Amino acid sequence: MDVRFEILRFDPARDAKPHWEDYTVELEPTDRVLDGLEKIKGERDGSIGYRRSCAHGVCGSDAMKINGRNRLACKVLIRSVRQPIRIEPMMGFTVHKDLLVDMEPFFKKYRSIRPYLIEASERPDAERLQSPENREKFDDTTKCILCGACTTSCPSFWADPNYVGPAAIVQAHRFIFDSRDEGKEERLKILNEREGVWACRTVFNCVDACPRGIQVTRAIGEVKQALTRGKVD
Amino acid sequence: MAVHQFDGVIVGAGGAGLMAALQASKGAKIAVVSKLYPTRSHTGTAQGGIGAALGNLEKDSWEWHMFDTVKGSDYLADQDAVELMCREAVETVYELEHMGLPFSRTPEGKIAQRPFGGHTREFGKGPVRRACYAADRTGHMILQTLYQQCIKQGVTFFDEFHVVDLLISEGRTAGVVAVELATGELHTFHAKGVMFATGGSGRMFKITSNALTLTGDGMGILYRRGIPLQDMEFFQFHPTGIYKMGILITEAARGEGGILRNKAGERFMERYTPTLKDLAPRDMVSRAIHQEVLEGRGIDGKDFVHLDLTHLDADAIHKKLPDITDFVETYLGIDPTKQPIPVQPTAHYAMGGIPTDASARVVVDDKKTVMPGLYAAGECACVSVHGANRLGTNSLVDIIVFGRRGGKSLLEDVKRDPLPPLPADPEKQARERIARLMAEGGQRVSDIRTEMQARMTEKASVFRIAEGLTDVIGRLKQLRKRAESVRLTDRGKAYNAELMEAMELEYLLELAEATAAAALARQESRGAHYREDFPKRDDANWLKHSLVWRQPDGSPRLGTKPVTITRFEPKERKY
Ligand SMILES: Cc1cc2nc3c(=O)[nH]c(=O)nc-3n(C[C@H](O)[C@H](O)[C@H](O)COP(=O)(O)OP(=O)(O)OC[C@H]3O[C@@H](n4cnc5c(N)ncnc54)[C@H](O)[C@@H]3O)c2cc1C
Ligand code: SF4
Ligand code: FES
Repeated sequence: MDVRFEILRFDPARDAKPHWEDYTVELEPTDRVLDGLEKIKGERDGSIGYRRSCAHGVCGSDAMKINGRNRLACKVLIRSVRQPIRIEPMMGFTVHKDLLVDMEPFFKKYRSIRPYLIEASERPDAERLQSPENREKFDDTTKCILCGACTTSCPSFWADPNYVGPAAIVQAHRFIFDSRDEGKEERLKILNEREGVWACRTVFNCVDACPRGIQVTRAIGEVKQALTRGKVD
Repeated sequence: MAVHQFDGVIVGAGGAGLMAALQASKGAKIAVVSKLYPTRSHTGTAQGGIGAALGNLEKDSWEWHMFDTVKGSDYLADQDAVELMCREAVETVYELEHMGLPFSRTPEGKIAQRPFGGHTREFGKGPVRRACYAADRTGHMILQTLYQQCIKQGVTFFDEFHVVDLLISEGRTAGVVAVELATGELHTFHAKGVMFATGGSGRMFKITSNALTLTGDGMGILYRRGIPLQDMEFFQFHPTGIYKMGILITEAARGEGGILRNKAGERFMERYTPTLKDLAPRDMVSRAIHQEVLEGRGIDGKDFVHLDLTHLDADAIHKKLPDITDFVETYLGIDPTKQPIPVQPTAHYAMGGIPTDASARVVVDDKKTVMPGLYAAGECACVSVHGANRLGTNSLVDIIVFGRRGGKSLLEDVKRDPLPPLPADPEKQARERIARLMAEGGQRVSDIRTEMQARMTEKASVFRIAEGLTDVIGRLKQLRKRAESVRLTDRGKAYNAELMEAMELEYLLELAEATAAAALARQESRGAHYREDFPKRDDANWLKHSLVWRQPDGSPRLGTKPVTITRFEPKERKY
């Protein structure tokens, strides 16, 4: 069937400001929006800028605004969206080209929360033990693929680009609630700052945006609670 | 011209590249150069598990793991390398846990393990739980954990730099040339040592589990610089890709009790491999599916069968295979605990690649001659630990074990060796190649690519025959000719993905031809390589690796190399 796309194009080397362009391509209802972009790029206009790799929702490359909501283009089927399918870049980061935004500020926020296991004790010969119950406490937040959909849908982030943002908090949660981690105080201190977890206004946009189904707001709530109570459990 | 000087450069930031970086950057100035942000690498899509004989749930030993790997390889793997891998698998999995990898856990809190195809106890007596896993996102957790450790260690990254050429001077590796995607500018990385960890090449096929970016760049770049490739005819087709899309449904689905059924609802694997049934190695299961389809027992008479999980406990499936459930719901709109999943074999894994020794140093002939300063690890390399057919969970072991070994070799060598001079005008080849591709032509990259993929899937996959392969080789030559005059509509420099895809296509076309040529030459059936016209394994003539060199006109020249056999003499493979 014929499928209509409207894509917000912008090439800073040439354009003064972004403009919409229309494309119609033939696709199956079960194709992904990404298949549509690939087809447009392959057959109509090879200059459309976007990132993609895995094409099945696990690498986090192709978060963008599809009909007004942050989605992975490879995880939305044509049959599930209204036409014309309007596609824009995620909000809040500098646009490099079309749907491609500068992700460096996003990764900087990620790095700021010390996203690695902090170990003080000696490593044992075999694995450290962790009960299935303790493992379960941070299961949800291990799913994050750093796509940026949550952070760029968050009004607190739009208002204050320095806000660390939901994705970084999700990543911090993954360590704070890991019984093996010995850097909880450090990380909680970072999130307790002005641009940390308290900037969250519980708008829930992040939960709607997250392609991995992570309960982002709940994770943020658990971090807030840990801060209030001064301990993790 | 931007020139960066490093002791060592690692091309690729998947599991193999990051593991190498963690080792090498301990004592030398190292850059990791990757066309993708590290966390986008395809290692992150690995689902089922990483194999190591920890014995957490039942008795296991590295020797059994070694035996299974050798037998699974149809005796083509080099047994000295397999032994190293299976021994070191245990300590490297512990190391991953120490780095923070959130493995699923047993009730006692140990790393959880599950059965996987071809992994057995006591040399083939029955399935064993050896695959260590983190739900069905083991690769995601490996990639995340290694990247986290790289951040902790302050590893230097050049993200979104697309490597296009290898530099050689005075017979030594001298660095690489890369395109900075954001600007389109060329950069020269001048170094004493270069490791390639660029992953697979599944995009030469139409139906594949591989990312759009898995285009065999490392193999292609080295091939163009005169380095041979090994065992290219061995490409693994995973039995359970989602019908038409190729998206992988992990073997863990069968490890957890899933059953393959034909249109009569019959559990057909019982007929093919009575002991291991649905958990037989991939080559056998993929062939069985094709056979069922050929004999008219595909679902609705079509070219797929069903993977049935409906008899299993729904809660357990949601817990142990959450991503799989999500894929099936998202892409097929069905609930796998209530309806069977339509599946067909999908091009999955390149057993062949850049030949290396067990320290990940690249060897360029049949006499173990090392190319100074050049290393390869991960799916782009061929050690060979997988031989003619890789067992599930063994690639993640491979990337971790040989990524680590490669990082150590690189470090050792760069500490000792001087920096070779750069060749005169190091960016010349890259510049000319880009100019040629940007020149006005008439051919669309996507058309050539689509045709290559269709031909390869049709004629060079699970079943192969001389006429088909000869036909494919002819077509690929024509396609290569067409690819000499492509038309690119993107005239800009910044993020010119079309130009990058044109280069990726050049690699794929040559690698596809090498694959088909090696497949035509090998007149026997072994592991993933099945010839209808030569259905038997022929140890007398073919118990050897193949090598392929690129000739100046781009077509392949073939050779061979002996197989190392230590503990296990070749036997007929029965499961
Ligand atoms: C869906 C799926 C599931 C799998 N499940 C399992 C499993 O359960 N167990 C198992 O053992 N194996 C599994 N495998 C296989 C295994 O995941 C891969 O073989 C392995 O992860 C490859 O790792 P790698 O480090 O070699 O390459 P990759 O992770 O693919 O990384 C390649 C890197 O190279 C970079 N690169 C490529 N070309 C260039 C270039 N020109 N310039 C610069 N950088 C470049 C990329 O940016 C990337 O960082 C699975 C594979 C797939 C596809
Ligand atoms: S929490 Fe979800 S939306 Fe946010 S970065 Fe992670 S995966 Fe993306
Ligand atoms: S392309 Fe990987 S998440 Fe969409």
